[in-house]
Amino acid sequence: MKIDEARNYHKIDAVIVGAGLAGLRAALEVAKSGLSVAVISKVYPTRSHSGGAQGGIAAALANAAEDSLESHMFDTIKGSDYLADQDIIERFVNEALKTVYEFEHMGVPFSRTEDGRINQRPFGGHSSPRACFAQDVTGHVLLHTLYEQCLQHNVLFFNEFQVLSLLVSEDVSRGLVAWDIRNGGLHIFHARAVLLATGGYGRAWKVTSNAHANTGDGVALVLEAGLPLEDMEFVQFHPTGLYKHGILLSEAARGEGAYIINDKGERFMKNYAAAKMELAPRDIVSRSEQTEINEGRGIGGKDYVYLDLRHLGRQKILERLPQVYDLALNYLKVDGIKEPIPIQPTAHYSMGGIPANVRTEVIKDASGTVVRGLYTAGETSCLSLHGANRLGCNSLQDAATFGRLAGIHMTGFCKENGFAPLPAQPLDVAQVKIDRLRQGQGKERHAPIREKLQENMTKYLGVFRNQEDMLKMLVMIKELQERYRQVTVDDRNDAFNLDLIEALELENLLSFSEVIVEGALARRESRGAHFRSDFPKRNDGEWLKHTLAWRRDGKIVLDFSKGVVIYPQYQPQERKY
Amino acid sequence: MAMIELSVKILRYQPGKDEKPHWQVFDIAVEDESTILDVLNEIHWQHDGTLAYRRSCRSSICGSCAMKVNGRNVLACETPIHRFGSKLKIEPLSGFDIIKDLVVDLDPFFAKLKRIRPYLILDKPTPDKEFVQSPAQLEAIGESTLCILCAACSASCPSSWPNQDYLGPAALLKAYRFIFDSRDDGADQRLEIVNDKNGVWRCHTIFNCIEACPKKIKITEYLSRLKVKVVENSL
Repeated sequence: MKIDEARNYHKIDAVIVGAGLAGLRAALEVAKSGLSVAVISKVYPTRSHSGGAQGGIAAALANAAEDSLESHMFDTIKGSDYLADQDIIERFVNEALKTVYEFEHMGVPFSRTEDGRINQRPFGGHSSPRACFAQDVTGHVLLHTLYEQCLQHNVLFFNEFQVLSLLVSEDVSRGLVAWDIRNGGLHIFHARAVLLATGGYGRAWKVTSNAHANTGDGVALVLEAGLPLEDMEFVQFHPTGLYKHGILLSEAARGEGAYIINDKGERFMKNYAAAKMELAPRDIVSRSEQTEINEGRGIGGKDYVYLDLRHLGRQKILERLPQVYDLALNYLKVDGIKEPIPIQPTAHYSMGGIPANVRTEVIKDASGTVVRGLYTAGETSCLSLHGANRLGCNSLQDAATFGRLAGIHMTGFCKENGFAPLPAQPLDVAQVKIDRLRQGQGKERHAPIREKLQENMTKYLGVFRNQEDMLKMLVMIKELQERYRQVTVDDRNDAFNLDLIEALELENLLSFSEVIVEGALARRESRGAHFRSDFPKRNDGEWLKHTLAWRRDGKIVLDFSKGVVIYPQYQPQERKY
Repeated sequence: MAMIELSVKILRYQPGKDEKPHWQVFDIAVEDESTILDVLNEIHWQHDGTLAYRRSCRSSICGSCAMKVNGRNVLACETPIHRFGSKLKIEPLSGFDIIKDLVVDLDPFFAKLKRIRPYLILDKPTPDKEFVQSPAQLEAIGESTLCILCAACSASCPSSWPNQDYLGPAALLKAYRFIFDSRDDGADQRLEIVNDKNGVWRCHTIFNCIEACPKKIKITEYLSRLKVKVVENSL
């Protein structure tokens, strides 16, 4: 297969996949060094789902109350149910303040204290008010500010491009191949360094807070390249998803004092986390909600409970939580000033992802062998900062801090290394994917397959899991993968072929979902967001370790030899709130 | 929850196939609580895979799905069908080239943003911690920072349609956002850029942008403050 070299071949020092907070922060860092840097995104950058983050970005600024780096570190370790690597958390908390002050210097419109400093609010699992916020649109203002900074520093943008294959061989990254969504056609991006910052994989579930774009493309590409994924079974369910829609209602609501109540009007968190109540970590609040629902105390016996803002008063709601208020009003016709808002747990954050070290270099095995020139940051990565459960407002900080560090490390790498040669037939893998969908004779369509996957992931791989359900899911995924081989698209044209993109995304969903289920089946314990009704206790003796998973000869191979980095002063303890 | 029958008329354009845009009607049944985006998904997933449109977050923050429904610019994801009755007419945003169906070329829109230097310009050193900014100083720009760049405002603006060089409401709002930021030192540069026949003076206070804005930002008002600032600055 030939390529139009003038138009479709790009030789760029650093290529970044994903235009969310991690990708843009890395791009900015590389651009400032004078190297060429391109951001490839399947949406316009400001459409990225970092903009959906609402409540805040964590840093122990101590602007609203006493706070310390040690406290932030311990809270994150405990929140992770001790699965996070503590060297990563140490680096994270040490960089967090700098990351926030830099954002402020870029012009981020943070909400302010009376004396004009960045305001901070309480958040689940944090022992001090640590979430630096801009009303309840923190992710939105961070994303837009970073995009504007990237414009200033002349980052190249390839908007509406879908990456179809990574060019990795002999443990060296050489670049990637992407499809031009707007015009059609494959492009080769030949790069010294590549960063994968493609966000989460929550679109495998029906009830999710994630955007349509969050189809885990990065993790699927890595799996396809013969590299492992880490801890994929750990997926956070956010306790305050808007009923039926799954849309996020910020934890900021509870940070500002909102209650969660059941059918009897009880603040039931008193029975599950008496000290922290609604501000216990998300895994615990979601499980408590689901327990209330399962035991018949959902509203009217149904599958939802209430988020109650009413006692906060009109002024506080409209000043601090305008987005939460508007979402409930627009989507459910519920006026949060006067009525409680129906909520349910919603698939939200992917703790698992592409394994990498503290330098954000992608690794290919339990001993940490680096894939040269390949980096990852943000939700798609698994460093592991969040372990089995992420604390609210740590994700924006994660994406920004490790995005910045990735930019620094990539810059250093690009200055010391040339362009590794491309493989002989770089387009082949991508071309086959496109041709099969557009020229095939199969009669399956992508939509019903995706619908079945999502419905059943919500049913069988939710807040509570057990072996029987997960085995059913595994069989179903294999059937759906088989059906996928017969998928073709209605739209056979080049320009803005949404049909084609959705079909390609479905292949990714089906691929990594199998890893999620295999990991969840193998992990016979309950830790953080992974709760097994048939193994309801955390088992540090056997399971204080990470899950690595490869696809080899069509089968998922698991490895549990990657240990957790634990410092002597932070030994695992019982986790109570 | 009940099902409702809808007649959905969509402006279609497939490049390389259609000479010009044309209407196509889909008769479908959806749940009565559906949004416009649900309707488009239903058509795309169940009836005609060739339909193209943009969407991502579903929660009115990403700005992908601005389009014209029964003559009004809206975000498809947050707009319930019950606002319109049983007949829907869906077309792409006006004033932009159509790439395909409901997908328009927004590159010129984003290029205008860059023209007003949309970043904090500082001629003072940065402090060790944050700049001090009072709640009142933040309040001056607060609402303007909620813009999601969906382009609904530009597409509703009669001053924008005939003149591709006009900066348009979104870029001018962004200029306002930085000029009135207490931390910024770049007001003079930006005021010079917007003090142009294709800058603030092309805004004829028609107020369509306010009506179109899904974030209810009082754009016309901010542009008027910008005009005052330009005049003050040139005295």
